[in-house]
Parts: sequence; structure tokens; C-alpha cells
Amino acid sequence: MNIQIRKYYYGDIPEDNAGGSESKESKVSPATGGGGNWPLWEVFIRSKQGLDHKHVGSLHAADAAMAIENARDVYTRRQEGVSIWVVESKFITASNPEEAGELYEPAADKIYRHPTFYELPDEVGHM
Amino acid sequence: MNSSLIDYIQHLADNALIMAQRNAEWCGHGPVLEQDIAITNISLDLLGQSRNFYQYAAQLINESEKSDEATEDSLAYLRTERAFKNCFLAEQPNGDWAQTVLRQFFFSAYQFLLYKKLQDNTDEQIAAIAAKALKEVTYHLRWSSEWVIRLGDGTEESHQRMLTAIDELWQYTGELFMPAAYELESGFDVSSLKDDWFNKVVAVFEEATLPVPEKCFMQTGGKTGIHTEHLGFILAEMQYLQRTYPNAEW
Repeated sequence: MNIQIRKYYYGDIPEDNAGGSESKESKVSPATGGGGNWPLWEVFIRSKQGLDHKHVGSLHAADAAMAIENARDVYTRRQEGVSIWVVESKFITASNPEEAGELYEPAADKIYRHPTFYELPDEVGHM
Repeated sequence: MNSSLIDYIQHLADNALIMAQRNAEWCGHGPVLEQDIAITNISLDLLGQSRNFYQYAAQLINESEKSDEATEDSLAYLRTERAFKNCFLAEQPNGDWAQTVLRQFFFSAYQFLLYKKLQDNTDEQIAAIAAKALKEVTYHLRWSSEWVIRLGDGTEESHQRMLTAIDELWQYTGELFMPAAYELESGFDVSSLKDDWFNKVVAVFEEATLPVPEKCFMQTGGKTGIHTEHLGFILAEMQYLQRTYPNAEW
């Protein structure tokens, strides 16, 4: 049995419905390229000076320079940020959710580790 | 009132508006989600520039005619082809992605030099709009340059598509630097920008491993209202709503 399943990526509209163009040449197919083959990047935005970078989402890009520009266009259009970090998703090592028990639960009954027994002066700001 | 100044401001506005309209055609159809957003962001930047210029032109028209009939909307939506003074380059079809990014590169490299010069214009309003828009255009130029390099120095197919786009668009670049009468009277001699523009193109094309075209016949007419067949279709789509439902709001 030869069943071919063709996955359509964003913007790869089949037939001649692909707009944005009067030319049939403009269709980008997964076989010839397009964002479907681009690696995934995680995006971190610093919303203002003094705050830390926060994870805001992910996007596709061919390389780091394009990832920064895509992040600028996708995530900072409404003045969300003053600084952008991107890292290719494959370089992030994540903890295994199945190990949550041994990793996190032992901390549950050790409240003395919380810095809640003294008062922070207001001037300290973001802690 | 100085009618050449009004013509000049409308020329600046029309260029930005028609480029905005062309780029907006990609909305929902970009090759990837991220670039769909990028090209429509650029479209919105250009639309904002055109609004600033149209508002100023409308103000001058009303002052000279002692009326309040001209608005940014009437200038954008109720003029016909012959009244539009945008360059040929702006109205050229999107074609494929290569043609769109090349058109943007040619146009942004021109607009970058133009606004840089205009931010010192004696007309304070023009100077202020140019200074504000220059930041946007700096990014458009960076974005489009990188795409030209990426496709030119990419795969065999992307390189070929850039060559086709150059063949298609090069003939419309000369007009940018041939001043119309109103430019000389109320702006400046844009032919003075040509060398800097050409050097920028050469630098980017070299990095993109693309050949710089030989001198060829350059099409002209857009600045004085003589357009290619494309502009009528653009206006038909863009102006449809206002003409069918006058003063519609939403």
C-alpha cells in the first residue's frame, strides 16, 4: 500500500488559492523549503530595564539572526520588550515530569528555607 | 497655497500607501507565520507614514481652498489612478517571496536615503514625519537586505528566483531618482541619492552573490500619474468599500 500523506504547513495553501501573489510560482512547499523545515527557537523578552528576561513563547527561524527579528515582529509589536534572547529549543534540557515526586516534593515541608522571617525594605524593589 | 508642495506630499504619501497595500496582500498568506507577521508589520508602518502625509496634505488643501472637504480618507480612497503619484516600483505585483522582498529592498534603500535627507527639510512637518519614519525604514532595510542575501546566496532555486525578480523589477528603479517638477520645487533633487542607493545595492548583491544589472531602459511615469495597468486593480480593491458605502465607519 502506498499511501502518501502530505502535511500542509502554514501558508502552504494547496491548489491555486494561495493569495498574496498573482504568480503560481509563489507557493512554498515543504519539499522545497519554507518554515516547516526551520528549527524551533525559544524566545525570552525583558519587558523593562532591571527586570529579568521571561519566556514568552517559541517560533521558527532559519538561524539566530532571523530568530531575533521574528521575535521582534511576533512578540514586541506592542512595546512588550527592551531586550530579546533566543535559544534553539533543542539546546534546552528539561526535567522529566515523571520525576516530579523525588525532585520537588521533599521541599514541601521545609518552610524555613523561605525568606519570610524578615522584612524586605521597599527600596530593594524586584526580588 | 503652494500646489507643488501639496503634490509633493501626496507623492510621498502615495508611495507609502501603495507599498503598504501591496504588502498587506500577504496577510494570511505569508510563507511562514513569522514572516507573515513581519511583512504585515512593515505594511502597517508604511500605512502609518502615508496617513501622516495625507493628513498634512489635507490640511494644506483645506487651508488653500477655505473648505474642510479634504481628509486623509478622501485623498486615499476617492482619488483615481491619474491623481496618484506613486512610483512604478510600489505598484508592481507581489510575485513570489523573492520579488516581494526585492521590491521592499529597492524601495526601503530609497526611502532610507530620502527620509534621512528630509528630516532636515525646512518644512517642519515633513521633517518631523521623516524623522519618525526613519527608524521604521531602517528596520525595513535591514530586514529586506537580509532576505535578499538569504535567497541570493541560498539554494539554486532561491538564487534563480532572485535573478527573475531582478529582471522584473530593475527597470522600475530608475524612476525613483528622476525628479518630477514638484520634487524640484518643493523637495530636493532626488538624483543626488542615486549613487548612495546604487552602492548599497551593489554591497548587498555582492554578499548575495547576485549580479548587478547592466544599464537598461528605465520606465517612468508614475510620479506624474501615468501608471502601469496594476494600479487600477489595486485601487479597485482598496477603494471599493468607501465608494460603495460612502462614509462607512466601523
